[in-house]
Formats: sequence, structure tokens, C-alpha cells
Amino acid sequence: MAEVIDNEKHIRSGRANLPEDHSSLSSVFNEDEERVNWHDETLWFIRQKRDKAVHGIPEWEWLRDTASGIKNNVLSNLSVYLEQFEANAKANGIIVHWAADAAEHNQILHSILKRHGADRMVKSKSMLTEECHLNEYLAENGIEVIDSDLGERIVQLGKEPPSHIVLPCIHKKKEEIGDLFHQYLGTAAGESDPQVLTEAARQHLRDTFLTRRVALTGVNFAVAETGEFVVCTNEGNADMGAHLSDVHIASMGIEKLIPERKHLGVFLRLLTRSATGQPITTYSSHFKSPREGQEMHIILVDNGRSRQLGREDFRNSLKCIRCGSCMNTCPVYRRSGGHSYHAVISGPIGSILAPNLDMREYADLPFASTLCGSCSNVCPVKIDIHDQLYKWRQVLAKEGHVNKGKAAGMKAMSKVFSFPGLFSFAGKTGRWTMKYLPFIVNNKLNPWYKQREMPKPPEQSFREWYEKNRRME
Amino acid sequence: MTVGLFIPCYVDQFYPQAGIATLQLLEKLGVEVVYPPRQTCCGQPMANSGFSHLTGGCDELFVESFKAFDYVVAPSGSCVLHLKEHLHSEKYPVVAEKLRSRVFELVEFLTDILKVKDLKARFPHKVGVHQSCHGLRGLHLSQMSELVAPPFSKPEQLLHMVDGIELIKLDRADECCGFGGTFCVFEEAVSAKMGKDRVSDHMRNGAEYITGADLSCLMHMEGILRRQKSNVKVIHIAEILNQAVAE
Ligand code: SF4
Repeated sequence: MAEVIDNEKHIRSGRANLPEDHSSLSSVFNEDEERVNWHDETLWFIRQKRDKAVHGIPEWEWLRDTASGIKNNVLSNLSVYLEQFEANAKANGIIVHWAADAAEHNQILHSILKRHGADRMVKSKSMLTEECHLNEYLAENGIEVIDSDLGERIVQLGKEPPSHIVLPCIHKKKEEIGDLFHQYLGTAAGESDPQVLTEAARQHLRDTFLTRRVALTGVNFAVAETGEFVVCTNEGNADMGAHLSDVHIASMGIEKLIPERKHLGVFLRLLTRSATGQPITTYSSHFKSPREGQEMHIILVDNGRSRQLGREDFRNSLKCIRCGSCMNTCPVYRRSGGHSYHAVISGPIGSILAPNLDMREYADLPFASTLCGSCSNVCPVKIDIHDQLYKWRQVLAKEGHVNKGKAAGMKAMSKVFSFPGLFSFAGKTGRWTMKYLPFIVNNKLNPWYKQREMPKPPEQSFREWYEKNRRME
Repeated sequence: MTVGLFIPCYVDQFYPQAGIATLQLLEKLGVEVVYPPRQTCCGQPMANSGFSHLTGGCDELFVESFKAFDYVVAPSGSCVLHLKEHLHSEKYPVVAEKLRSRVFELVEFLTDILKVKDLKARFPHKVGVHQSCHGLRGLHLSQMSELVAPPFSKPEQLLHMVDGIELIKLDRADECCGFGGTFCVFEEAVSAKMGKDRVSDHMRNGAEYITGADLSCLMHMEGILRRQKSNVKVIHIAEILNQAVAE
């Protein structure tokens, strides 16, 4: 194991041509401890709001069980519900498209825009389009996209990806947002009053809403029974965009289905209480058919979802309703910041979704956890997130995506533990542990020692005490 | 009733006093305790790193060492959870299966099997209880703060039987200390920050001691406390419960 630690710096070299890993990115994040404290407390505050809201609902755990059960049904009969949804949506006058992957999704979208001669589009919050890197694709094709969700607009102006699925700019302090607005929206220098900044954004977006002919929204729930879809926002920006547009395009992952409209009574109660502690989103808008003269499209996107569905141990991750509460509760996320996960979706859920898309690139993420299990407990659809992190580790180690030094250390450790002779005679107190337990390597390069003292080896081990004081059988 | 005592590797090497307290406490309560000499490790350090396929040797040894006992007790929640969830054996599959339901962490063994109602112990100090994640969310030693369910705490139930003890309240009842096995070295920055934050919650609220049912977390927090030259000490719950009453 010692060589593992000596080689700690080279962990990254095992990731040649890959982005820095979670460990190195989060250690950069931790260089500013004040900021880490601020980030941690901001998100912990939201976790507390969530706790307060859910403790007011005596049947909360029943709701979670029910939601999980409904999603089990959906995942087991996905093709049936998809076809039912498609048929009903078409009957309602919606144009339905199927996209196997991100590229196809982007092409479909682009072709709709081209047909309408549109070079600009307004878009409300959609993690799926982040996943498809739609903004970059459209920019390359000369189409301007304006994000109308306030948080998304802020990170868009800052040329950053969102760091959180519900609170895209949670990593930014209000002063930093003030600077961005000063630069791009002409607010006064040094202005950081949230009310003033929000008003500036509103004025700027109003103009966008009035002049864009094409609007894209995400989808929170699609109802197979009726062919309608539901979009949840707090700002009303999805409605504003969709209602003022000639063409409304909705992009949805194929797992967003629920069988019947009545099931919304379960999911809408869970979603925002989990996300922010609100009883319900300010707007939960149902879109069923285009208004007269309007065109309405739905793009159903797979992009790896059916592969994940086929992975028995990981299919449950497709139940996710993107509430973000697993991030808010995660003690690691709160102290690493979303960008340290270098994936579109960060935090615990991102860490079990990303390896499905690219095992090599995201091999570090399932290890960016202590497996404390808090995520699984807050998840409104009861995804066994921390168990899946554990299972991904097994898959990644077997497939050779774990650093070689670590693998060698594990082999050595397993040998010592398999032979009691080796174990008890590997030396007197403290010696073998110093050699084999990764956190106790007696060596200045041991990362343990940077901020923590080593345990003090006692005069005798328990075994030695027992031999002297009790008869060993 | 004969109990096989499992003293996990790092407890054997660094915290023998916790092992001794566990043994003496069980004996005081009238249990016959045996420490099988060929035991080594539960296999968790490897499995949590993704190498569960290398734990076969460990598992076989464990099964051979403990197959004859009515119960196996260990003063470490995370090792127990690992055994309960993952112990398997090619040689003795049935025995391994049976053992999985007979391995107990010390606290739950005291409250659920021995059903201890009172203890003669005295510990006149302010104590903070660290709810280790695997004990909490895996073994359900206490109610988890995330769930909408009635509160309970097995460690506190036992600690309340101790004379003179004062349990402090924490700002965050059950946040992780950041140890996480190899996480503590491979994710050094976040791990140490979590440890510092956990320790400062206890200090802010006046703890003289931090106790718990899992020494790996206590070891982590002790490393931080000693680096900060703090007077706050860590102590395994068995050592508090085993404190003799001065006559
Ligand atoms: S995994 Fe669960 S808790 Fe996390 S975002 Fe999805 S639904 Fe919410």
C-alpha cells in the first residue's frame, strides 16, 4: 500500500487525456476554506428547509414508497408506456420525435429551427439539453440560445456549466453575480442586492420572451394516459417562453413517464419539498396540445438510458426526478462544489449516472463518497444511491478502471488478511498496520498526515493482552 | 450463551482498551466470551475500494473462526454491517449465511439480545455522541434525521444508564465524519474538512469526550483533535459503559 501513497500524485497520470479527477478538483476548491464553509452552510440550510417541510407530512415515507413503486412499474413497462404516450400525444396534435442519442436530439432540434428560419431560441431549464451539450452545438451552427431560468442565465453569462441540477449557480456569491450583471446587463458596478439584480434579469429576459419565436422547455413528467407533459418552474419562465412562441419544443428523457395523471398527486408533493422545502412549485404547467397556429414538438431522448435500464444493479437510477436533495444532503458535495464532479449532473446521483455514459472518464466519481447513505434516505423515489456507488466500485475495479498502485495494495492487503500467520506475526504492535492500512502508512507523503495525527501505537495489542490475561484456546 | 469476540484489525492494533472494555463488559453481564485466535479482518477495506473479489480468504477465515458460536460481537459498526451484508463462503455457504444474522455490533447486542436495563457505571463528563453512518443508516442503531419516523437511539439508551454523564446536543445530529476507509487518503481535502467540521460541532457544544460505536470514525476525529492540540478526547462507548463505579 505504501507505493500507493507515494504515488498519490500520479493518480492523475493514470488519467492521461482525461479531465482532473474529483479528488484534485475538490482539493483546489478546499484551498479557500471560508468559501467551503459558505457553500456547505448554504446547502445545509436547504437540507434543513427540506426537513422542516417533510416532517409536516406524516405520510411522507408512504409517499416515497408509492413514488418508488410507480417508477418501478414504469421502468418494467417502459416501452408500453412510451408507445401509449406517443399515440396520445400525436392524437393531441403534438409532433413526436425519437432520438437515440445526444447528437440525434441536437440534429432534430436544429432541423426544426431551420425549417422555421429561426436563428434565436429561448430555453427554460432542462438538464437534458445540458447533457446533450445543446447550447454549444447550436452556437456552432449560428443559433443564439438564451437561458430563461435565472440561475441558468447566470451560469450562461459566466460561461460555466451549472453546478447543481436545481440551483445551477449555487456556487456563486451574490457579489460575483453582481459583477457579471454589471458586465453583461449594465447594472451599476458593485450592485449586489438580489432584488435589484433579479429585476435587471427580468427586464432583460422580457425582451427575449417577446422576440423569440421558438421556445424550448424541459419536461418533469409526461403522462402516458393523456399524452400531456408537465413542466415545473418557480419563475414561470417556461410558461412565458412557451406561450409567446410560435413553436414549442419539449425535450425529455424517456424515463420521465408516469402512467396516469393521478400519479402527479404523489410526485408533485414530493418534488419541491425535497428540492427546496416548498410545498409545491410555483408553476406546475400542463401542456397537452398546441394552441391555434402554434406548433408543438416533443423529442424523446434515450442517450444511454436503455443501456442503464439493462444494468440490473443500476436501473433504479432512472427513477430520478431531479430534485437535487441528494446533493444538498451530501457532506462531500457540500464541501467539493458541483464542478469538482466534472460531469453534467454532479453529486451522488451524478456519480451513479455518469459511469454509464463513460466508465473511464468518470471512474473516480463512485469513489467520491464515504458511503454514508444520507442520499438514499432523502431521495423521494428511494433510489439506493449509496449501494449503487458501492456496486459501481466493484464494476470499475474489475474492468481495470482503478489506479494500478491501489490495485496492488489491495492484493497485498488481501494476502495478509487471508493468512493468520502473516497477520499476527507481521510484526509487533502497529507494524503491519503501518504497512498495510492505507491511512496509517508511516510516511510523510501519507495524505492522512497532512491535517491529522496518526493514532499512537499502544504498548500491547488486544491480542497480546488477551494472551496474557485470558487463556487463548 | 457463548459469544465469539471479533476485534477488527485496527482496533486490535491501536485501540486495545476498547477491545478489553468490550470483553469485560460482556463478562460482567454474565456472557461467556471467547476470542478465536485465527481471526483477521472483515474484508471491508478491500470491498469498499471495489475489490470485493479479493475478500474470499478473509471470509473463509472468519467463517472458520466463528462457526461454532451462538453470536459474534464486535465493537465496530461498519465491520459488522459489512459482514451482515457481504459475508460468504465457498466451503461453508450455509454456515456463512447463518453467521450473517448472528453478527452483532456491541450496542445492539446489549439492547436487543441481552436487553440490558441497567448498568453500574459512572462517567461524570459532558459527552457528545457521534452517530457513525454505517451503524446509523446500516444497522439502524438510532433514528436517521432524514426520515419521518419516531426517534430512538440505542447508544443513548445505554448511556442514559450511566451515572453522572451529560449528553450534549449537536447542531447536526448525524453528519458523516469523513473517514470513509480509503476515502480518507484518496480524497484527503474533503475528508479532513469533514472531520474538522464534525469535531468543531462537538467542541462548540461543550463536549469533553466524543463517543460512538465505531472506532474508525473516532480514530479519524482523534487525528484531527490531536493535530489541533485540543483537550477533547475520543472514547469508545464500551469504555464508558465499563467504567467502574467508585465504591
Ligand atoms: S437521485 Fe433522488 S434525491 Fe437525487 S436528484 Fe434524483 S430524485 Fe432527487
